[in-house]
Amino acid sequence: MRGAVGLTAADPYLQVRDLRVRFATEDGVVRAVNGVSFAVERGRTLGIVGESGSGKSVTSLAVLGLHDPKRATITGEILVGGRDIVGRPDEEVRRLRGRDMAMIFQDPLSALHPYYPVGRQIAEAYRVHHPRAGRAEARERTVQMLDRVGIPQPARRARQYPHEFSGGMRQRAMIAMALVNDPDLLIADEPTTALDVTVQAQILDLLEGLQKEFNSAIVLITHDLGVVSQVADDVLVMYGGRAVEHGSVEQVLRRPQHPYTWGLLASVPSLRGDAAADLVPIPGSPPSLIHLPSGCAFHPRCPYADERSRTEVPELRPVAEGHLVACHRPGVAA
Amino acid sequence: MGRFLIKRLLSAMLTLFAVSVLAFLMFFALPRDPVTGMCPKNCNPERLERVRQELGLRDPKIEQYAAYMKGIFVGRDLGSAQGGRCDAPCLGYSYVNSEAVTDTLARVLPVTLSIVIPAAILWLALGVGLGMLSALKRGTWVDRLAIGFSLTGASLQLYFTGAVLLIVFVYQLKLLPNPHYTSIFDDPLDWAKGLVLAWVALAFLFSAIYARLARAQMLETLSEDFVRTARAKGLAKRTVYGRHALRAAVTPLVTIAGLDVGAALGGTVITETTFGIQGLGRTAVYAVRGGDLPMIMATVLIAAVFVVLANVVVDLLYAAIDPRVRLG
Ligand SMILES: Nc1ncnc2c1ncn2[C@@H]1O[C@H](COP(=O)(O)OP(=O)(O)OP(=O)(O)O)[C@@H](O)[C@H]1O
Ligand code: SF4
Ligand SMILES: [Mg+2]
Repeated sequence: MRGAVGLTAADPYLQVRDLRVRFATEDGVVRAVNGVSFAVERGRTLGIVGESGSGKSVTSLAVLGLHDPKRATITGEILVGGRDIVGRPDEEVRRLRGRDMAMIFQDPLSALHPYYPVGRQIAEAYRVHHPRAGRAEARERTVQMLDRVGIPQPARRARQYPHEFSGGMRQRAMIAMALVNDPDLLIADEPTTALDVTVQAQILDLLEGLQKEFNSAIVLITHDLGVVSQVADDVLVMYGGRAVEHGSVEQVLRRPQHPYTWGLLASVPSLRGDAAADLVPIPGSPPSLIHLPSGCAFHPRCPYADERSRTEVPELRPVAEGHLVACHRPGVAA
Repeated sequence: MGRFLIKRLLSAMLTLFAVSVLAFLMFFALPRDPVTGMCPKNCNPERLERVRQELGLRDPKIEQYAAYMKGIFVGRDLGSAQGGRCDAPCLGYSYVNSEAVTDTLARVLPVTLSIVIPAAILWLALGVGLGMLSALKRGTWVDRLAIGFSLTGASLQLYFTGAVLLIVFVYQLKLLPNPHYTSIFDDPLDWAKGLVLAWVALAFLFSAIYARLARAQMLETLSEDFVRTARAKGLAKRTVYGRHALRAAVTPLVTIAGLDVGAALGGTVITETTFGIQGLGRTAVYAVRGGDLPMIMATVLIAAVFVVLANVVVDLLYAAIDPRVRLG
C-alpha cells in the first residue's frame, strides 16, 4: 500500500466527508455541492447518479483537486488513501493525480490533445510519475496498456493521433492512459455517454475486467441507471448538490425510498421490466444552485411534499442497514 | 504535398493575373495624364504626343498589356529613350525615375524586408509572450498592466509613437542616428541602428493587437478538456501550459500573423514616411502620384505576390502544427 498514512486494509480508499463546493460568479454564489459524504473501497464501484447540474462532475473534480482555488471554495474532507487533500497545496495533490487517482472523461475526443499522438500522451502520463523511466520503457508500457484495453496493433496505433481513432477506441485509449500508473482510485465521469450502445457495453465490460485485475476503487458517474445496475456495487443519488439516497445497488434500485430516485427509475423502462408506456420523466426543472429551494430542495417538484418539506432540510437517515435516505416521508412513493 | 503546391501555384498565377489586369485598368481610369507630369517646362502638344507614342500609350490597351506580360516572361525592347533592351523579367522602365523598374525594386525591396522581418519577430514574441502572461495571471496587476499596454498600443497611431521615439532617442538623448537604411551585408550594426526605431514603433502597434488575441486564445484553450486531462495526469503547471495549452492557443494566431506580415511586406507606407526611409511603400505612393505606370504595376504585383506567398506559408504551417489538417 503505497504511502498510505494510518490506513488499514479495511478502510475505504476514498472517503469524502461533508464536501461542499461553491463558486463565486457574477450572478451570485453557486452552491454546486452541499455536504456530500461517501466512501469507496478498493475493488468496489460506486455509481453516482443525478440529473444534469446535480453536482456530480464538480464532486469528482474536487476529488482530483482540479478546481481552480481562486474560483472554487471547497470545505469538508477528501481522504485519498488516508490523506486529506482539501486545502493542500496543488503541488502536493498533483503528485497523487494520475498516480494514485486517475480520471476518464465523457468525451474522449476533446479530452485528448489533438496535436500529439495517442501513445505519446499515454507515455507522458507514465513518465511524469516515473521520472527515472526512459523513453523506451515508457513506450513499452504504453503499448502494453493499449494492448490490455483491447486496441489491436497497439504499437502502430500508439503512433496515431486521436482523430484517427474511433470513439470507442479513443475511450479505450483514455482508459489506458488513466490506468498506466496502476491507480488505486479511478473516477469515470460519464465514460460511455458519448458512445453508441454496443460500444458502451464493451467499455463497461472492459472497466469491470480491469477492476478485477487492478483492484482499484471506482467512482462511476452516469445518467444511466442501467449502467449503474450493471456495474456498480453502491449508488449515490444526487439532487441539487446533496445526496438524497445512498446504499447498495440492490437497496437503491430495487427498493428506492426517495421520491426523486423513484422518479428517476420510472423513466427507465428496462429496469422495471415493463414497456415504455409508463416512461415518466420527472416534471419540472433542476433547482437553482444560487437560490436553492428552502427545506427539501426537491419539494417544488415532489408530489408528496408537505409543509415540513418546505421548511426543514431532511437529514440523510438510515432506513435499513447501509441504506440512507434524505426525505421526511421515506418510502412514500412506493 | 506536391499536389498541394502545384494547386497553390496555379491559383497564385491566376490571382496575380487578375491583380495585374485590375491594376492596368485602374491606371487608365486615373484622371491624370502620366505624360504631362514627365515633361519639363517647354512642352508643346507635338512633343507630348511623341512621348505618348514612344511609351506605347497610343497602342490599344490590350496590346500594351500583352507587351508588358511579354516583358515579364521573355523580355522586350523598350527603345533607346528607355534603356533599350530589357531582359526578362522586365517590369518596364520607370517614367519618372529614369531607370529600369527592376533596378528600383532591387534597391527598395531589401529596405522593406529589413523593416518588416525584424519588426514581425519582435511583435510576435512580445505580443504572444505578453498575452500568455496576462492570461496566466488573469485578474492580477500583471494582467491589468498588459491590458493597459495593449489598449495604448492599439490606439496610438504609428506616426505619433514614431515621432515620440524620434524625439526621445534621436533628438534628445542622441542615442541613435537619424533613421536610415544601410545594407545588413555592409554594416550590420549600422543596419540595426538605422532601423531599430521603426521596428519598435511597428512592434508596439502590432504586439498590442497580438497580446490581446493571444490572451483571449489562451484563456479559451485553458478551458479545453484536453488541458483538464493534462492536469488530471499530474503534469506540472509549466508542462500543462507550455506543452499542452500554448501550442493549441497560438495556432489561430498563425493565420493572422501570416496575413499581417504578408501585407506589411507589400509596403509599410506610414512607417517609411514617419522615419523617412525609402522602401516599397513610399515607392508605391510616389508611383501613383507620378502616374508612373510601370512602377505602379510592379509595386502592386509585388504586394500581391507577398500576400499570396503568405497564404501558402500559413497553410503549410497549419499542416505542420495540426495533424488533423490535410493539404490538398
Ligand atoms: N467553475 C464553475 N463555476 C461556476 N459554476 C460551476 C462551475 N462548475 C460547475 N458549476 C455549476 O455547478 C453545477 C453542477 O455542475 P456539474 O458539472 O457538477 O453537474 P453534473 O451533475 O456533472 O451535470 P451533467 O450531468 O450535466 O454533467 C452546475 O449548475 C454548474 O453550472
Ligand atoms: S422531503 Fe418532502 S419534498 Fe423532499 S422528497 Fe421527501 S416528500 Fe418530497
Ligand atoms: Mg458532469
